[in-house]
Amino acid sequence: MIYLDNAATSLHKPEGVVLAAADAICRLGNAGRGVHEATLAAARVVFDARDKLATLFHVGDPTRVCMMFNATDALNTAIGGLICPGDHVVTTAQEHNSVLRPLYRAQQQGAQLTIVPMDRKTGRVSEADILAAIRPDTRAVVCAHASNVTGNVLDIETIGTFCREHGILFIVDAAQTAGTFPIDMQQMGISVLCAPGHKGLLAPQGTGVLCAAEGVEITPMRVGGSGVHSFSHTHPTDYPTALEAGTLNTPGIAGLSAALDFIQRKGVETIHAEEIALARQFYKQISLLDGVTIYGDWSTDHRAAIVTLNLEGWDAGELSDVLMQEYDICTRAGAHCAPLVHKTFGTQAGGAVRFSFSCFNTEDEALAAARAVAELAQEGD
Amino acid sequence: MRQKKPRLIVTFETTAMALKMEKICHAAGAPGRLIPVPREITAGCGMAWMAEPEELEQLQAVMRAGNVTPQGIHVLEGKSNGNSV
Repeated sequence: MIYLDNAATSLHKPEGVVLAAADAICRLGNAGRGVHEATLAAARVVFDARDKLATLFHVGDPTRVCMMFNATDALNTAIGGLICPGDHVVTTAQEHNSVLRPLYRAQQQGAQLTIVPMDRKTGRVSEADILAAIRPDTRAVVCAHASNVTGNVLDIETIGTFCREHGILFIVDAAQTAGTFPIDMQQMGISVLCAPGHKGLLAPQGTGVLCAAEGVEITPMRVGGSGVHSFSHTHPTDYPTALEAGTLNTPGIAGLSAALDFIQRKGVETIHAEEIALARQFYKQISLLDGVTIYGDWSTDHRAAIVTLNLEGWDAGELSDVLMQEYDICTRAGAHCAPLVHKTFGTQAGGAVRFSFSCFNTEDEALAAARAVAELAQEGD
Repeated sequence: MRQKKPRLIVTFETTAMALKMEKICHAAGAPGRLIPVPREITAGCGMAWMAEPEELEQLQAVMRAGNVTPQGIHVLEGKSNGNSV
């Protein structure tokens, strides 16, 4: 099987991830619940993961790294816990529903929303347009570092620097870049960084992270068991406990910690270079085919390793199904939870087919996928 | 009842801060270990750092260098009443 759906979840994990998660299931207690050796062992694993994430994303203080269950969980927490009725928020048309739906809900509760459009041809969102949409009453800018459909990357440092200078919160969805692009929260002016563990961070599903910059205080979405201050009617307010009510996914976090070791050894830049080389190779092979439409800006390799396309004469779902059934290739068809992207491209009826690469894919796999698309393109004529 | 020796107890707002304390103390070769918060101290998270009272200055230096913020520092005498430092 050729797995090219890494933008949904990375399937191939470093060997250490599997071993660490299995070891956690066998050996670890409940982090922060009691002080016996099994619980201390769990707490140490969780703290090590925080420490590694703080280093990877330049958070500064590992206690401001909060463990979440996925990026949607982190984004709901950040948006729901920071945006109040009356606040103005700027976001973009390239967002995933994990950003849009919490923002639409905030809008229903009285917040005001400006959605910056994408270029119909390249899918790019202009950083200048985002800054131009900011008003005196803007509370936050919320955007993805990279689109999960086009792979286009935003210059988040330009946006973050402006936000920091003007006292505006900058919430970044790093679902498609965490682990594959350098992210420096402090240098980039990021107030809250939200990322899944199970994509580029190569951890098991059920893991995610929210990193809060100094001075950013988020009202928790979930309150409850914290292992501390049990007689208080209110949930503790100190990070990370404030956002971590309930038992953590310790086996998943153990896997995440092992994955972070792999990423640190290999290097984020090397990982991106490898996967974008594969995506570029695939793109080159298919871009000249008759009847193929590829979405996104391919004028640069400073993009996520995602190739999203449609073939003339093919329904996207059927194309993805044939790729699976006849070529053993896993791709993702549909709207990719990014409705405004497909509305911009006019693909809301059928969606598109997404091929997304990881550093564990091979050149042979990229070429086999390109051959399959070429054959099916001829069939669609 | 077991005889209790005087103990230095450092409490923290969060388990994460307590774990950070353990990590920096191990790295610095500083004394002590994590224990459940003694009942004489009602504040803090469920974990506390326990060491000898005379190790206070060394631990304070390690906490300053490692950017660890304690919630409180207490000396518990052999009896049940403690004094905040």
